[in-house]
Amino acid sequence: MVIEVRDLRMRYGTTDVLHGVDFDAGPGEVVALLGPNGAGKTTTIEILEGFRLPSDGRVRVLGVDPATGDEAWRAKLGVVLQSWRDHGRWRVRELLHHLGRYYTPYSTPHQPRPFDTDELIDTVGLTEHADKKVSKLSGGQRRRLDVAIGIVGKPELLFLDEPTAGFDPHARRDFHDLVHRLSDLEGMTILLTTHDLAEAEKLADRILVLAGGRIIADGSPDQLSRQVEGKSEIRWTQGGQRHVHTADDATAFVRDLFRQHETGISELEVRRSTLEDTYMALVQRHESGQAKEEVAVL
Amino acid sequence: MNPTLHGARLGLERGLREFRHSLGSEDQVFNVVIAISFVTVLWFQRDSDVEAAGVTLAALTLPSMLGMSVAFGGLVGPAGQLSVNREDGTLLRAKAVPNGMVGYLVGRTTQTSLDIVFGLLVVLVPGLFLVNVLADAGAGGLLALLAVLALGMLSTLPWGAVAGSISRSPGSAMGITMLPMMGITAISGIFYPITALPGWLQAVAQVFPVYWTGHGARAALLPDSAAAAEIGGSWRILEMVGVLGVWAVVGFLLAPTILRRMARRESGAEMEQRRQAALQRVR
Repeated sequence: MVIEVRDLRMRYGTTDVLHGVDFDAGPGEVVALLGPNGAGKTTTIEILEGFRLPSDGRVRVLGVDPATGDEAWRAKLGVVLQSWRDHGRWRVRELLHHLGRYYTPYSTPHQPRPFDTDELIDTVGLTEHADKKVSKLSGGQRRRLDVAIGIVGKPELLFLDEPTAGFDPHARRDFHDLVHRLSDLEGMTILLTTHDLAEAEKLADRILVLAGGRIIADGSPDQLSRQVEGKSEIRWTQGGQRHVHTADDATAFVRDLFRQHETGISELEVRRSTLEDTYMALVQRHESGQAKEEVAVL
Repeated sequence: MNPTLHGARLGLERGLREFRHSLGSEDQVFNVVIAISFVTVLWFQRDSDVEAAGVTLAALTLPSMLGMSVAFGGLVGPAGQLSVNREDGTLLRAKAVPNGMVGYLVGRTTQTSLDIVFGLLVVLVPGLFLVNVLADAGAGGLLALLAVLALGMLSTLPWGAVAGSISRSPGSAMGITMLPMMGITAISGIFYPITALPGWLQAVAQVFPVYWTGHGARAALLPDSAAAAEIGGSWRILEMVGVLGVWAVVGFLLAPTILRRMARRESGAEMEQRRQAALQRVR
């Protein structure tokens, strides 16, 4: 396992932010940590990065406890935080080249480090801005530079915290392509946080839904939507009156409906819940406190 | 390749690059203002003789200014840069890169040293046109001056790093370094012989590095007769080494622990909080 988290707890003062989080991530997997704002996504990722000490629990990242990880361990990680505004006076190529060279001592024949600077600049689409000052980049360009710095050491594991916040649709699309390329070609394991369900669905092999400091669902996008497959909505009109019914087994319900009323049923609609419905339902159910101790394991 | 050494080498390069960035930036406005105001002071002092010392007041002030600049730059420089780097994420970036912290510290030290040397030249070069203190000092005097300035830097640098580590924002870092430093400078006999001050103020001034860096610089460059204008009428080299040495030793004992504690606490969430606070201030 690249990431192993068992019963992770975090408490600030008297407030519990994480109440026992468990999950794993295997080599080459792209895992999305999805959840509403304030769910504890950033706290979780910062503990894994070794930037924050957990209150309790067992965490292993590349087999090492992040609290005691040394520089050789650090060299195998890539980190992209939510907000960087550093090195405004450096030029793009200058900064990337400088930061990349910290990884040279950790280069192996099997895994040469770092990336070639100009190749990497091209990969993230900053070639025409390579000689610009970092402070002169637009928000999206700055974010792409952050990602480039995050991967310059060819990490085995990449952390991306809200990577596409503030991206326009085009930049978002490019970024998604980049993530696919990194996981396919370089075999990087990627853990990203997002509150955008569509993004999680598009990028991730597996989605972890974090709400109220707990993982409330863990599975592939497909598995997640199947989890509430039973909950379908059936609408029909009978005798001029509109009816709505929610059923576990829509097919059986409709068969029944027609058996009882051979004629007179019109405008029949059966709507299966989408992943978005699933997600909203999960989060809502959790936030209203009905599912305090329930964890959906798929 | 030793990774730590490699990081230190990259840090050296980093310091040189950042110094070069700073040369072409608005930072230099500060240096220009300082140069103009110091030369103005020297201009007005060029003809007033200090009878006891047998030299002009300007000849006393120029070495004092050099001493003060070192102490000022050693404290205020790192405090400001460190607090800014905590707020903008440079420090966290250093934490995310293998041996990045080594590189960061070496880089900061390199840049601060170059900043200070540059700040000295900005004072010294125009000053020499008014009072050529170097002419009589000779090579020995110049070497002694360098030694005093180096010791002055060692006595303040770690404290600047401590101030930058414990402050909550760049503004408060400036507050806890700049204001006390200006007060201390005012009583340290930089722009006028300290013997003109009441005895208890003289005693307070002699606790801090500024008086001693000024004293040491005067001792290095001025003729022995000028010692008459000093406290006790002589150059007190041992006392100078003692006071600056204590500041340096205590500083270097304290700074690593405080720096490490600060660096360990640094996280994206902390940074985001400070960023939000900064945005609030502007509004």
